[in-house]
Formats: sequence, structure tokens, C-alpha cells
Amino acid sequence: MSNISRDEVAHLAKLARLAVTEKELDVFAGQLDQILDSVAKVGEVAADDIPPTSHAVPLTNVFRADEVRPSLSQEESLAGAPAAEEGRFRVPRILGEEQ
Amino acid sequence: MTDLTRLTAGELAAKIHGREITSVEATQAHLGRIAEVDGDVNAFLHVDTEGALAAARKVDADLAEGREPASPIAGVPLALKDVLATKGVPTTCGSKTLENWIPPYDATVTRKLREAGVVILGKTNMDEFAMGSSTENSAFGPTRNPWDRDRIPGGSGGGSSASLAAFEAPLAIGTDTGGSIRQPASVTGTVGVKPTYGGVSRYGLVAFSSSLDQAGPCGRTVLDAALLHEVIAGHDPMDSTSIDAPVPPVLLAAQAGYRADLKGLKVGVVTEFTGEGYQPGVQRSFEAAVAQLKDLGAEVVEVSCPSFTYALSAYYLIAPSECSSNLARFDAMRYGLRVSDDGSHSAEEVMSLTREAGFGAEVKRRVMLGTYALSSGYYDAYYGSAQKVRTLITRDFTAAFEQVDVLVSPTTPTTAFKIGERADDPLAMYLADLCTIPSNLAGNAAMSVPSGLSDEDGLPVGLQIMAPALADDRLYRVGAAYEVARGPLLDRIPDLKGVSA
Repeated sequence: MSNISRDEVAHLAKLARLAVTEKELDVFAGQLDQILDSVAKVGEVAADDIPPTSHAVPLTNVFRADEVRPSLSQEESLAGAPAAEEGRFRVPRILGEEQ
Repeated sequence: MTDLTRLTAGELAAKIHGREITSVEATQAHLGRIAEVDGDVNAFLHVDTEGALAAARKVDADLAEGREPASPIAGVPLALKDVLATKGVPTTCGSKTLENWIPPYDATVTRKLREAGVVILGKTNMDEFAMGSSTENSAFGPTRNPWDRDRIPGGSGGGSSASLAAFEAPLAIGTDTGGSIRQPASVTGTVGVKPTYGGVSRYGLVAFSSSLDQAGPCGRTVLDAALLHEVIAGHDPMDSTSIDAPVPPVLLAAQAGYRADLKGLKVGVVTEFTGEGYQPGVQRSFEAAVAQLKDLGAEVVEVSCPSFTYALSAYYLIAPSECSSNLARFDAMRYGLRVSDDGSHSAEEVMSLTREAGFGAEVKRRVMLGTYALSSGYYDAYYGSAQKVRTLITRDFTAAFEQVDVLVSPTTPTTAFKIGERADDPLAMYLADLCTIPSNLAGNAAMSVPSGLSDEDGLPVGLQIMAPALADDRLYRVGAAYEVARGPLLDRIPDLKGVSA
């Protein structure tokens, strides 16, 4: 049985903001299915009584002094922007035609 | 006259600090070598000739005025992986997404290198956003292995490893999320170290999988790696996962390793990393290395780490999950590529079209895989289970290090494969990281040191040494002692085009 359908991969691409092509979907659907089939192996040993590890170094609440430090200037912040206007990031319209 | 590109970093530093040669001469020699061979090797994405020469002149001027060198490797040239931010110098991560990005700040590693007087020659090629094991996923063409230019130099840090093997730089920086320092070192006959997670700051290292990413030193000798390790390591308040503890004494350990044998050391051979899928020549090289460790006086025992066989699967859930979240920052709004901003598309459409145009196939695969593994309904079965496996792997390491001082295995199951051979088969590609991944998941320190050439194809093989977290110095003691016993290797590399004898 396959783990993931072509439609599900299309949905994932949408969630991940990737405007993939139909041809890519054909390839990715097969590959993701194959990869999921392989990595599902983790379920064999993941017993209920094993705590999860999210990080190699167990750290909580690393604080630093709340002091003013030099930061990037407005010009430096905008230097890499794909588009800037009047000292601000210029972005495409937020709302779609139908909204 | 001595060919300066053939010297180690330690030898170059001694000559520069002793005013026998200048840093500018050393830098020019390496820039010349890059100009000569990099058209073939493609280790560099950007060569910063002016910046390198300016840094070299500064070191020479300081020495001329009688000042102490800023560090033991001041004036020595280095190749920097293109995943670390460099102020004023392009940082692409091997991606079209960042093709024209020039960072407005330095990564902590970059800053430390500059402060130490290290001369940054340029930025090295890599798999896009460090996702890959062959450097074929670079948007700017693959890097070629100097041992055989039809073969891969490893990945993701193939540019860094190839620059060392091609004598374009005596030192390089890599980053290792699942093996991206050690596997390239293994297949190019060079040395690469993944320090303990948190040992080297991640500030300014473009994130792939934040709980696994770790920058580290690469060189042609264990001593050179130790010299570089001491420059880049240490606590950094800008990285909340940075370890607030003294840097392990890696240089002293390397020096001790060169002088003494390994009597009293207990070495564990990981029994899971052998058998099917392991190239016979790699296996034989590994067995010879273990025999040499015994000859050096080490006690060798077999150690079973049963959970390691699940490491690859856990990694290919955890790393894509973190990557799908980290790469959400490439939204075409604040920096990087933007396409289709023609007034007819909404911000969300521009975002999707830009990410489609800017990311390569492997990045898209992992972003989607991570999105899937983290989605409700699948989270427990995939990401949740992978996190439990991570616990089991850490427990295996803990139990093993109660019995032995270091663990050893082959670094990667095969020698360098042909360019294109695994490009369309993600699962085959992932197998290259089989032996390196456990140390990323557990966060301990690990090194790849060359163990000679495979007898069936004449290509380099790497011995992986693993040590407990914060015991990075053990890698250097064992690596240095073994390096002496093994004897020179890189002088057997075939000459590249235009190389004078």
C-alpha cells in the first residue's frame, strides 16, 4: 500500500508554498512514497515508555542581559531586499482578487 | 623554491611568523593555484582576491611592526564553506535563492577567523543549503574530486574537501548536519572534524536543521585541524545552544598523539557498521586501521549499538522537519530571490513561484517530507517516533562510552562514487551518511581521518573516530597517533592539469 498519494503531495506542496509543476508531482510522489516507506522503520522501536529527544543539549531558558546593542542600519537591512521603497520593504499585494 | 601550496597550515604559519615568507606570498601562491586548477575542480563559488590579499597584508604589517601573531595560524589561507555569512562577500548556500545575496554581517565563525588573522580565500561549493552527500545539488554545478574528476568529492561540503585535496587551500571550514564534514573528508583523503554540538557557534550559519548543524575544522593533517578548531570554537552568547564551557584541549591532545602511543586507550569497533553495503576495499582498509590502533597499544573490543541501524531513518525525518521550518524564511520578501512580481500575482503567489524557481529538487523533496512528518495525524508516527529513536541512539552511545574511550567505524560505506550515479535515487544517496548520522543525533564529537586507499579502486577511505560530548580532544589524540602510524597519503594524489612537478 502506498504511504502517500499524488493528491496528498500536491497538497503538501501548497502548504509548503512550492508552485511545483505537474511533472515534478509525478516524480516527487513516487520518491516521497519510497522514502516514507523506508523511514517508517522508526516505528518498530519507538515504544511508549521512551521519552523523545528534541535536542542533543538539554537547555532551557538561556538568558542574556537586556542591553542595547548596535544593530543593522535601515540601509543595511534593506540592502538585500528584492524591492524597497521609501526606506521600507516593498511587497506584492497581500489580498487576492477575490478577497 | 618550495611550492607553498604543498605545505601544511602549521608549516606555513611557522614560515610566515618567522618572516621567512610573507602571508601575501602564501596567499598569492594559493590564489594562483585556484586560478590554475579550479576551472576543473569547481571547489570555489567565489574567490575574494582583494579581501584575501588585504587580510594577508594586515598580518604582514603587524609582524613587520614586531607585534605577536594574532593566532598560531595568522596569515594562513583558508577556504570557507558558502553557508557561513561573510559581510560584503556573497553567501549563496549553493542556491539560486541566495545567488545575489551579500550578507550585512559576519557569522561568529567568520569573525573569529578574521580576528585570528586567517586569510579567507573565498567561499566553497556545497549541496544546496547543505542537503546532499555529493555536492551535485549545488545550483552552480558539481565539484569534482581531485583524486578522480569523474567522481564526487562528498557532500555537502565537497567544495571545502576538494579545495584541500587540490592544494587550493591548506585549511577549510565545513558544516556537518548528518556527515557533511566527515564524508567529504573520507572520500578526498583529508581530515574533517564535527565538534561536539554547541562547541562552535551557529550564529550566521544559514540554518538547515538547527538541532544537528555544527561547523567544524577541515585540513590535510590532524594537527592543522586542531589549530583551526581552537580558533573557531568557544562560547558565543549569540547562539543560545552554544556550550558555556572551556574548549577541550584539542591542540595539546594532537601534539601528545604525535609523540606517544595509545597504551591504555580502549577502542570500540561498532559491530553494526559492517557487512552488506560496505565496499570490500573499505572494509579491508578499516580492518588494517584497527590493527594499527592495536599496534599502537590500544585495547580493541567490539561494541554493539543496536539503535544505530535506525539512525538513518530517524535523521531523514528530523532533518527534513527542521528544514521545512527553517527554510520558510525564504519568502521572497526581505532578501533573496523574487520572481513574478509583475503586479498580477499576490504575495502568496509570488512566494510560491519564487520558492519553486529558487529551490532545487532535493530541497523541495525535504521541505515536503518535513511538512508531511510534522502535520497533525502523522506527527506521532513519524517525527515523534524519530525523536524516540534519538533517545535510543544517545543511550547506546552512553552505554558504549562506559566501556570504551572512543568508538571507530568506516566513515562512509564506499569510496567516492561517480558523478550522476546516485543523482536520481535519493535513498541510495542517503546511505552515504549511514555511519556519520548517529553522532549528529546524539551531539557527540567525531572525526574522519584518512585510512589509506582502497585496494580495489585506489580511492581514499576514511576512518571515523567518535568520542563523547565535550571530549573532542580524544579524537585528536587518537587521530594524530594513527596519522603517524599510517604515513603520508596526499602525496599519492594524481597531478591535476598544469601542475609542475
